[in-house]
Formats: sequence, structure tokens, C-alpha cells
Amino acid sequence: MSETPGRCRAALSLGGACLLLAACSGVQTPLDPMGDHAARIAVLTWVLFIGGTAIFVLVMGLLVFALIAPARVRQAFGNRRFVVGGGIIFPTVTLIALLVYSLGVSRAVVLPTSDNPLRIEVIGRQYWWEVRYPDAGEGAVTANELRLPVGREVELLLSSGDVIHSLWIPNLHGKMDMIPGRVNRQRIRADRPGVMRGQCTEFCGVQHTLMAFYAVAQEPAEFDAWLALQRAPIPPPATPEQARGMQVFGEAGCGACHTVRGTEWQAKLGPDLSRIGSRLSLAAGALENHRGTLAGWVAGAQDIKPGNAMPAFGRSIPGDDLLAVAAWMESLR
Amino acid sequence: MSDIPTPNALPRPEAELAELKRIWRQPPGWRALSEVNNGLIGPLFIATALLFFLLAGLLGLVIRAQLAFPGLTLVNPDTYNQVFTMHGTVMMFLFAVPAVEAVAIALLPSMLGARELPFPRLGAYAFLIYLIGGLLFYASIFFGIAPDGGWFMYPPLTSKAYSPGINTDMYLLGIGFIEISAIAGAIELIVGILRCRAPGMTLGRMPIYAWGILVFAAMVIFAFPAVIIASTLLELERAFDWPFFLPERGGDPMLWQHLFWFFGHPEVYVIFLPAAAMVSMIVPAMAQARLVAHSMVVTALVGTGFLSFGLWVHHMYTTGIPPLSLSFFAAAGFAVSIPSGLQVFAWIATFASAGKRIRFTTPALFILGFLFIFTLGGLTGVMVSVTPFDWQAHDTYFIVAHLHYVLIGGMVFPLFSALYYWAPALGSQLSERLGKTAFWLLFLGTNLTFFPMHISGFMGMPRRIYTFPSGFGLELWNLLSSIGAAMFAAGALVLLVDVVKNFRIGGQEGQENTWNAGTMEWLDSPEYGLRSIPLVRDRYPLWHDPDLKRQVEAGGHFLPFAATGRREALIGSPAEATPQYIAFVAGPGWGHVVAAVGTAGFFLALTGPFLIPAAVFFLIALAGFIGWVWHGTDFGPVGPERVDIGGGIVLPTHATGPVTTSWWAMVCTMLVSGTSYACLIGSYLFLWLVNGDAMWPPAGQGLPALGWGVTALALYGGAALSLVVASATLHDGRGWTHRLALLAGLGLLTAGMLADGWALWQGPIWPTLHAYGASAWGLFVWQVAHVLIALLMGSYTLARSLAGKLGGQRRLTLDNTRLFWLYTVAQGAVGIVLLHGFPRLLP
Repeated sequence: MSETPGRCRAALSLGGACLLLAACSGVQTPLDPMGDHAARIAVLTWVLFIGGTAIFVLVMGLLVFALIAPARVRQAFGNRRFVVGGGIIFPTVTLIALLVYSLGVSRAVVLPTSDNPLRIEVIGRQYWWEVRYPDAGEGAVTANELRLPVGREVELLLSSGDVIHSLWIPNLHGKMDMIPGRVNRQRIRADRPGVMRGQCTEFCGVQHTLMAFYAVAQEPAEFDAWLALQRAPIPPPATPEQARGMQVFGEAGCGACHTVRGTEWQAKLGPDLSRIGSRLSLAAGALENHRGTLAGWVAGAQDIKPGNAMPAFGRSIPGDDLLAVAAWMESLR
Repeated sequence: MSDIPTPNALPRPEAELAELKRIWRQPPGWRALSEVNNGLIGPLFIATALLFFLLAGLLGLVIRAQLAFPGLTLVNPDTYNQVFTMHGTVMMFLFAVPAVEAVAIALLPSMLGARELPFPRLGAYAFLIYLIGGLLFYASIFFGIAPDGGWFMYPPLTSKAYSPGINTDMYLLGIGFIEISAIAGAIELIVGILRCRAPGMTLGRMPIYAWGILVFAAMVIFAFPAVIIASTLLELERAFDWPFFLPERGGDPMLWQHLFWFFGHPEVYVIFLPAAAMVSMIVPAMAQARLVAHSMVVTALVGTGFLSFGLWVHHMYTTGIPPLSLSFFAAAGFAVSIPSGLQVFAWIATFASAGKRIRFTTPALFILGFLFIFTLGGLTGVMVSVTPFDWQAHDTYFIVAHLHYVLIGGMVFPLFSALYYWAPALGSQLSERLGKTAFWLLFLGTNLTFFPMHISGFMGMPRRIYTFPSGFGLELWNLLSSIGAAMFAAGALVLLVDVVKNFRIGGQEGQENTWNAGTMEWLDSPEYGLRSIPLVRDRYPLWHDPDLKRQVEAGGHFLPFAATGRREALIGSPAEATPQYIAFVAGPGWGHVVAAVGTAGFFLALTGPFLIPAAVFFLIALAGFIGWVWHGTDFGPVGPERVDIGGGIVLPTHATGPVTTSWWAMVCTMLVSGTSYACLIGSYLFLWLVNGDAMWPPAGQGLPALGWGVTALALYGGAALSLVVASATLHDGRGWTHRLALLAGLGLLTAGMLADGWALWQGPIWPTLHAYGASAWGLFVWQVAHVLIALLMGSYTLARSLAGKLGGQRRLTLDNTRLFWLYTVAQGAVGIVLLHGFPRLLP
């Protein structure tokens, strides 16, 4: 986790709201692969870019030649032979070679390499991600963050709770759609630790834009410790302010939508908040995560992300209580 | 060549021309609204398409303004989603496809050597519903009720639960009926190209532009039904809760994607092929040399048309379809790039073969810009058909870059080239100076806007987001794109100024061959079209015989007069263009205007849904249609029975049966209906595959009652027999046998439909409980719509008979009714066999 805050840190103002706009160029691109699948596709990409550029330059060169070369020289090209050679034979040969190569890559990036992958279920919802670790038992649920152990193959089981979404962690692999009524599977593997960003890539409604998440690849031991924590009940409030926050949480009715493990609040409509304090972002990548943004989100969710399902509590919860709720949630690590 | 005698002796008597002018004169003043002549409708159609280009472009500017910097909030998220949805929808449906049809309607008659296309009134109707419906549809953005689910409209996001507003209905109904306009135009173009060519213009001598439009129109016939069916199913789901796309009741959102992209991918080539064909006309004129490898280019156009129907899964690489199936589509994607590449090489070869170096006029510059932009877009197109690459590029700005390179390069630049090239043929020439300024702004603007998007896409920027975060390296590329968009807008503005300042509609007498081109659209073509119909002996008639222009304009070729005192067209055989008969073509009238207003009003009132106004508009449309056909078609023989059109060719002035253009149009209509029905059958079978045998039918529902199904088959058979009898006993139209047969047919068809539906009811089959019932009733509803139309046509035929307007030679009405009637019966029989037999006969 050492790389996380250092690499991604900065916030800018967006229409009065504060978004997590991390200065971390490279965390969401296919060209900086963190795993084998993305690495193979990146090589293919460069082959295509370089080959495509060469062909483009060649064709444009021929065009310029056909326009300005001396008549006798260029007229040698003004015939069917040139069209057959350039328009049929050349592309056929090139494309057959490309087809063979690309089918090889295609096969390599979907073929399972492990009989015992770690299974992770990701369920797309308007406009957030539910993440479950079925191998670790019932309770291991989190949201808007995907943690995975370095070096181990992961099988993602992708589904949707409402409309079509698409999961994309470009540094690890291509996209895979999350379609209601189906479960799509995708194998990924991170080869080194680090933080990556993913985003929904299938238009899913008014807040499609603010439906991102972080993927964190950790050393196996670190990951196991984190996963164990996800099953454990939350710690009791450590300060009076946190205790007050927990009380306000209950009074405001937050438990009608959210789950907090080890409490009476077990609703499934919104993200599981059991370890929200440890997450890298709030509201599916919309905000940086600290006490201030937590309070801001609870107060003004409809200003920050209009049209999402979270009501704004700015009018119903007084300022002190808001901060108390934020303090308590921040302590849920 | 001028020593060869012309088909008709010169000089011609003066009264001939005066008569032509009188017959083809446009009604003065406001009554010009009733005109149907392509010389007027064509340029108006083009102007309307360009208007929608500007309107949709404005929405594109809103997008680029919002994305100029990270975190801007010029428009709110909801408005932004409407803006990008409308940008795509208007560009595709209200600009690109209509623009292609508009240019074809304006250019083809004279290019083919025809006075007029066969169904000018249908063309005018298509134009009017597009104009009225399009403007009203666009206006929805000002009321916040514009579609907001993307131009691809994927359910379940667009299902009632997630899109309760009328925005989605606006799309499904608004766009749905504009597709009627596209199909009507396509039928007019197909029959026009195949039957209205000048004598001697065999398919081998036909200009390549006509080939492009022929392929285009055929693709419209086979591709558009898929989206019409998809829209119909989704609207049935939204309005009546029939769960075609809802997985919890056996539906499947993937069904929409298959149907939509079965239309949506060919759509790209529907737009590109005619533009490529324009390029194949302009390049030879610029190079003053014949197109190199003409027949290979024709093969490429036809081949692309076929291949494009095998590519729809390209848009669905990330939906979880197994990689083995995807590899088939990847190969198909590679294959389709070959004919496009071949054309690029043919154009380069044509430039190379030029005698003199070409001059860089405005049309030439737009062609060169096209070659640059389109080649780049074509190469990224090959990239995105590579499956693993597409898994990364899909739904990112890389795709936005690719599709704009292909569509702006492949369609807009050729269109602007065509505008500057053909403006003199349709009216007056545009300014070279303004044209070149516009070109450079548009060319640099296009590249500055869209090239950086390749990069922002690979920096991780997804499509359809209303803002983007800073700090991911996206700022520079987005700012460049926005600056480029402003530059493009400036170019479009210069072009607009040029057109408004310098263009005046109307083919003049004394038309100059501005670019010394070889094809016949450069002949004089005033309101009556060509002075005489030329005898064609070469692919480039004006180059082959430099005297041809003078001969034709002096009236020395075929049919330099009006044979029957009405507007006429010379109809020939489809392959050899051997003259067959002289057909009446429609003149000014109001029926189609009333029908257009009624049609547009009906569909837009339905979105409300305002049912009473919708019913009123429906009746208005119906009255317009009936007035149009009652007063404007099937006159029977008029004037002299046979006429010598020149060169010793004597033709009848009246025809019946399969040789007539109306027969051909009806066959095209049946192809549209048949393709639509095939899409419905495909949907039924797709949903069966998804659900499996155990749920087909699901518990609590049954198969349709076999006895009633067999009864319906028998009744349908009787209905078909009745029409065959009516047709055989028509004789002189005065007897009662054919009337009684028609009456019996009306009764039997109605009874057949009722038995057909009763069989489902007895199943029992319920449309709302499960996709099984929804798809079965979907098939039946489509059949009901056809039966109702067939009944209307049958009653109309009976009325014609009673009014004494039906006879042995005056039988187009009965012939068309019989064709549609037999189709309806056959469709009903197929539906019964499928719904009753399919689950029962499974092992």
C-alpha cells in the first residue's frame, strides 16, 4: 500500500464539489501494463500503431507521387496492375499475417493458467460497484475498490444489479460487460504491486461519468490480512465523537440502505460501509476519502453526483453531527 | 461521331419544346409546395440535410465546450446526456442517410439520362416527413425531452424502469418513422436506377455513382427493418410491458444489441459507399481520365455491401461472446477493409494515369482531404477489428476518433467535394476562394479535433462522460480537441456563407460542363429534364462523343416530345436498358403533402402519448394517401396506344403486370416487410435459445391451439384463392364475379386473422408474463398490421371497381393489391407454422 497516497494525491474543485482528481497519470492506461494480459495486448497495440503508421505514410506517399511526379513516371502506376498489387495482394498478405498473430494474442489473454484462481464477484450498480470475495465466505463484501494479491490469477465474475455496465481496468486487461441476467467471466493477474484505476465504460445513465474505482494489487500476505479484516466486525467507537457519529448514523436512517458489519444495519441497497475508512475514494471514485469529503458527501450527495441514489442530508443533520458521522466512518478501517 | 444520324431528325418543331415546358412547369407561388419534381425536391432535400448537419454540429460544439477543461459544468449531466445522444442520432438519421438520398434524387435522373425518377411523389413525401418530423424531433432538446440513452439506446437502461420519461419514446417513435422516409427513398432509387436508364446504358456502362446508390438502397432495404423491429419491440415493452429485453421475465438485453447492430454496422457502409461512389465520379473528372479498374471498383462496392452484414458483432466484442466466435467476425472485419483499400488504390491510379497534372480546385482539395482522413480512419478500423486491441479501445475516445475519421473523412469530405463539384449542375457555381478557405479550416479542424482523441482514449478516457478529472494527462488532448472543433465550426460557417451567397436552385438552359466531365448530369436539365433521352454508347458518353451534348439538347435523341401530354419517363429493362414502355410519372398534387403532415403528426402525438390527436392525424394521413392514389394513379391507357420515340423504336404508352415500375416497387416493399418479419422470427428463436426448451412455453402457458391454427391456415388459403379468382375474372371490370371474389377475400382474411389470434389466446399465451408470450404476440401483431393494410387495399380495389375505375388494361390497383395480399397470407402461414410447429416438432 506504500505507493497509494504518494502516487495519487491532488484535489481540484468541480462546480463547488470536491472530486478526487488524483495526479496519477498512468494508473488508467493500457500502455502501462501491470499484468501479463495487458502486457501482451500492449505489445499488439504497438505493433498495430507502428505498422499502421508505416502503411499510412506509404499510401500518402503514393498519392503525392501520383499527383506531382513527371507524367511518364507516374503513368506507369495508372493501371489495374497497381490496383491489384496495392489494393488486393498487399492487404491480403498483411492482414493474414495480422490475423494469425492477433488470434494468438487473443487466445493467450483468455486462456486460464491456473486451476485455482481467486474468485471475485463484481456487481455493477447505478452508479457504484459491489465487490464480493466468495472464497473468503459470506461477509467479505466491499465496494468501489478491488483488491487482489500479486502473482495469483483472479477470476472476475461480472454481473449487474440493474442496467448494463462494463468493467475496465486497462492496466490489467480489456473490458468486460456486466449484463443483467448473465455472469461474464474474466481472468486477470497483477504481476507487481500498485494502484490502478478502473471505470465504467458502458453508458449506464445520468452518472455514468462518476462511476470509477480503484484496483489495488498487494503482496499476498498483505492481501490476506486485508481480506481477514473484511470479514471481521467493526471496532467499537474509540472516542465520544465517534460514538455520537454512530448514533447519528442510526437516527438518520442510513442503515435502511447500508450494511455495517457487526451492527444491526444489514441493508443491501447501497454500498457496504464496514471498512469505508480504508478505501481510496468515495462515491465510486468521485471524491478523495477523508473526514471532510465524508461529511460533504453525506450533506450534499445530490450536488456532487446529481441523480445517484444517495439522498442529501445537509438539511436534516446539523453540522456538528455531520462531522461526528464523518469521524466515525473515517475510523472504520 | 457526328456523322452517325441522331435517332430523331433535327431540327425539331418548336411547339415540341413549348409543350414540354408547359407540362413540366412548376406551379407558381405558394403552390410550389405541391411540386414533386426532383429538380426542386433534390436541392431542397440537400439543403435540409445540411441544415441538420449544422444543428447536430452545434451539439458537438456544446460537447467540446464542456470538455475543454476538466470539471466544467456548462451543461448539467442530464442535459449533456441528451446533447451527446442527439448529436449522434441527428448526425446518423437526420443528416448522413438523408444527405446521401438527397444527392441521389437530385443527380441521378440526368446522370441516368432520365426525365424523372419513377415515383417523384413518393420522393416528395419522403422529403416532407423528414423535414417536418426531423425539425420537431430536434426541437425536443429545447424542452428537455430529447432522448438521453445514447443513439444505440441499450435496454434495460432505456426500459421503463430506468427511463420512465418520454425521452426514449421520442427516439423510438420519432426516429422510427424517419426510417420510413429512408426506405421510401430507397425504393424510389432502386426502381429508378434499374428501370429508368437511357437506351444503351447497360449495367456495364452505368456510372459508378449509380452503382453506389444501388448498393446503398439495397442495404437500406435489408438493414433498416432490423432497427424498426428493435424500436417496435422496445416500444411494446415500454407501453404494454411485454418483456422482450427484461431478463427476469425471460427477455434478454442482448437481443436488442444483435438487432440494433445488424442495422448499425451496415449503416456505416450505407453512409460510406455512396460517398465513395461520388469520389469515383469526381476523381476521373479532375484527372480527365477514366477511372482505373472500373469493374473492380464496382465489385468492391457490391462486395462491401454483402460483407457489411457479417460485421455487427464488432460492436459487441466485450459482451462476453466466446473468443472463437469473435475470431470469425475479426476475419470478416479484415476482409471488408480490402475492398475499401482497393478503391483508394484505384483513385491513386486514376490520378497517376492523368495526362496533365491535376489542378487543385476546391473539389479536388476535398477529395485529397478525404483520402488523408479516410485512410487514417480505415487503418484504425482494422485495429479495432483486432479483438484484444478492441477490448482495450472499445468505448474509449479512441473509438470516437476512429468513427469521426471514418464518417467525416468517408462521408462529409466527399459530400463537400460533391457540393462544390456538382453545384453548377444543380444551380450555380460556388466560390473557389471561399471554398478553399473552408477546406483548410475543415481539414485542419478535423485533424486537430479528432487526432488527439486517439491519445486521450489510450490515456484511459471513456466515451459519454460529461467531464473528466485532471491529473491523468487528459487536459492537453481535450483542449486541443476543443480548439479543433472551433476551427471546424469556422470552416462550416465559411461554407455556409458561400452556399447562401452564391447558390441558386434550378438547372438552367445552357448548362456548361464546368469540369469537362464525361457523364450526363452535365447535360442541360431544366424542369422538364433532358431535352431528349440520349442513346448511350460508352461509360463516359460526353467524352466518347463530344457532339452528344449538342444533339441531346437540340432534341435529336429519343422521346423529345410528350407522347401522352403528361409528365412521362422512359422505362427500360434492368440489365440492358432496352426501352420497354413510356410510363406516366406524377406531377404536382396535395395528397402527399396532407399524408406527410398526417404521418409526422401521428408519430409525434403518439410519443406524448396524446391518443386523440394521434387518431386525428392518422385519419388525416389516411385521407392524404387515399386522395393521392385515387386521383393520381392507375389512369389506364391515355392518349395514343403506341409511340415512335425515334430510331425506329415504337413503344406502348401503357403497361400492366411484372414489367411495370409499380410492380417492382411493390416487390421492394415486400422485401422490407419480409426482412422485418425475418427479424421477428429471429428474435423469437433467439429468445428460445436463451430460455431453453423447459421455459418454452413457461409454466402456466401453453402452445397455441392447433385446431384454430389449422383453421386459420385454411381461411388464409381461401383468402389468397379469392384474390387470384378476382384477378382472373376481372375482364373489362364490369362483371360481378371479381367483386364477389374480392368481398369473399375480405371476409376470409378477417376470419383467418381472428382464428390466428384465437389460437394464441386458447394456448393460453400471455404477452406480459414472459418473453415467450411477448415474442409470439409480437409476430401476431405484425401480422395484424399487414392484414389491416391488406383489407384496406382490398376495400379500395372494390371501390375502384364500383366507381368504374378498374378494367382489363386499368388494373395496377388490383395487381398491387393481389401482390401485397398474397404476401400477407404467406407471412401469416409462416407465422402459424413457426408458432404451432416449432416447439411441437422439436425432438
